[in-house]
Amino acid sequence: MGKYTDNPAAVAALVEQHQVHRDTYIDQEIYELEMKHLFSNTWVFVGHDSQTPTKGDYITTQIGNQPVIMVRHSDNEIYVLYNRCPHKGTKIAIDRAGNTGKFFRCPYHAWSFKTNGCLLAIPLKKGYADTAFKDSEANHGLEPVGDVKNYRGFVFARLAKQGISFEDYFGEAMSSFDNMVDRAPEGRLEVAGPPLRYMHQCNWKMLVDNQTDTCHPMVAHESSAGTAVKLFEEANWPEDKPKPMAMEIIAPFMSPYEFFEEMGIRTWPNGHGHTGVHHSIHSDYTQEPEYWDAMVAGHGEERTEEILSEIRHNTVYWPNIMIKGPVQQLRNFIPLGPNKTLVESYIYRLVGAPDYLLQRTAMYNRLINAPTSMVGHDDLEMYERAQEGLHAQSTEWINIQRLHTEEENYDEIAVENGTTERQMRNQMNAWVKFMTMTMSDKVEAAE
Amino acid sequence: MTLTRDDIIDFIYDEARMLDEGRFSEWLDLWIPEGHYWMPLDYKQTDPDLVTSLLYEDDFMRRLRVERLNGERTFSQKPKSRCHHVIQRPFVDEFDLDAGHFVTNTSMHYIETRLDEQFLLAITATHELRLVDGKLRIANKRVDLLNSDAAFGNIQLLP
Ligand SMILES: [Fe+2]
Repeated sequence: MGKYTDNPAAVAALVEQHQVHRDTYIDQEIYELEMKHLFSNTWVFVGHDSQTPTKGDYITTQIGNQPVIMVRHSDNEIYVLYNRCPHKGTKIAIDRAGNTGKFFRCPYHAWSFKTNGCLLAIPLKKGYADTAFKDSEANHGLEPVGDVKNYRGFVFARLAKQGISFEDYFGEAMSSFDNMVDRAPEGRLEVAGPPLRYMHQCNWKMLVDNQTDTCHPMVAHESSAGTAVKLFEEANWPEDKPKPMAMEIIAPFMSPYEFFEEMGIRTWPNGHGHTGVHHSIHSDYTQEPEYWDAMVAGHGEERTEEILSEIRHNTVYWPNIMIKGPVQQLRNFIPLGPNKTLVESYIYRLVGAPDYLLQRTAMYNRLINAPTSMVGHDDLEMYERAQEGLHAQSTEWINIQRLHTEEENYDEIAVENGTTERQMRNQMNAWVKFMTMTMSDKVEAAE
Repeated sequence: MTLTRDDIIDFIYDEARMLDEGRFSEWLDLWIPEGHYWMPLDYKQTDPDLVTSLLYEDDFMRRLRVERLNGERTFSQKPKSRCHHVIQRPFVDEFDLDAGHFVTNTSMHYIETRLDEQFLLAITATHELRLVDGKLRIANKRVDLLNSDAAFGNIQLLP
């Protein structure tokens, strides 16, 4: 046992409103406590139900460091099960996606389970006849996680058996998901292909922080976006010729500070928040009449106007995903260690919309989120330098003070200047809350 | 002088050497502007457009990439990466002298390094070449990574 286990006061002391102690980013024990508490008490993204469209379809993924299977059961509902045979611990499925038919069968001793996890059969069952097997944990089958919610196709789970409800946890923050799904003329999304998988040698929270960090694009991305703007100017592009799609995507990264100040940030309780309240770097994308017509046919003119005028930038769903509603993408920041994060970037098709939208979404993903992406290179270089720099003894604190002018109450929804670091403060406030809520207080009790 | 299969093969070798020696501007001039440099995300992927790829770059994006590598404020290239291709003799799968159209298939080991990190990618490159004004040009290039579905750190140069 180290400094922080069973010591909620020590954990809470790592976060002040205007600064955060580096141990939250570099300490192994803190990482393990995050896995045990934070990723157990919060609602964490698992997958999209179009990844498992038919009965028996499953994907394997992880919630925090916990291996899970998301599967469509015979009742057509999505179940999320721990990926561990109750017998000896063998992972039941290791393909990233597949179909298991009516049941899972462990490849080691052929124990089989229904797709809702219930134990179905054990070979040579009489070997357990005179034992107390029915009272043992192994008899439970594949354990389901604490709770699951399928929100308009997006599947979330809470590992803890008891805890905050989905509705209380997200509240009004789900409006960004609503907007993303409503952008489909038929009101639903479908996953488009496998995700990009990009390995980062840094803490997962550096990625989460970056999503609402509006003071970095014009600096860190000058190399990619700035160069793009320069090359485009040199190309003397004819006025009447449509701008290349890539330029529409990449040029707004070079917008001036005022643009980001004015775009606004909204924070919601429990660590959620988004940039782009009034406009965003996605505002000036070309819109074809064909799409407008499909939307009006699906939603009516008034609703269409309402849906398409909400052009948010990044929405963070604490703890570890970000979505871009206008681009139909979701990034999942999967923590693999205090200094290792796997980023999976998914794209979705707006069902009923013309293909150019998905074309742009796919282009956005490879231009911005790929391990081969110039913009990605810019960002990862900063994260990895910070992960190393944090070990310097000069100070132990990370500053998140921009536009922190008075004591803030993160239980209140707020809309502020787009360059505030309030969302980062909001995240760390939620970090303390969900880290400590289930922590026993043995250290204090012993004193 | 007519073009032979050996000329096609030499072209592939020359391209690899150009990349390894960092002669990226020369490399840009090997391309037909309309051509695409494609690196699929999925093994045997057929669609470059409506699902994600690692790269699918046209002339503008290729030029941007090369320009960025030399940029004053390209921090991920301070210090610079270096790369190294070890290539197996290319198969000339199509050789149509009349149409000026050629297709090769080349197995390579690609190594990229920066600071203390170095990684290896096993790749298969498919080149579609055309004769333009008597010179061979890259009409399209597809690079399949053996482990395209694996999680990678930065791949900053051009496999
Ligand atoms: Fe960035």
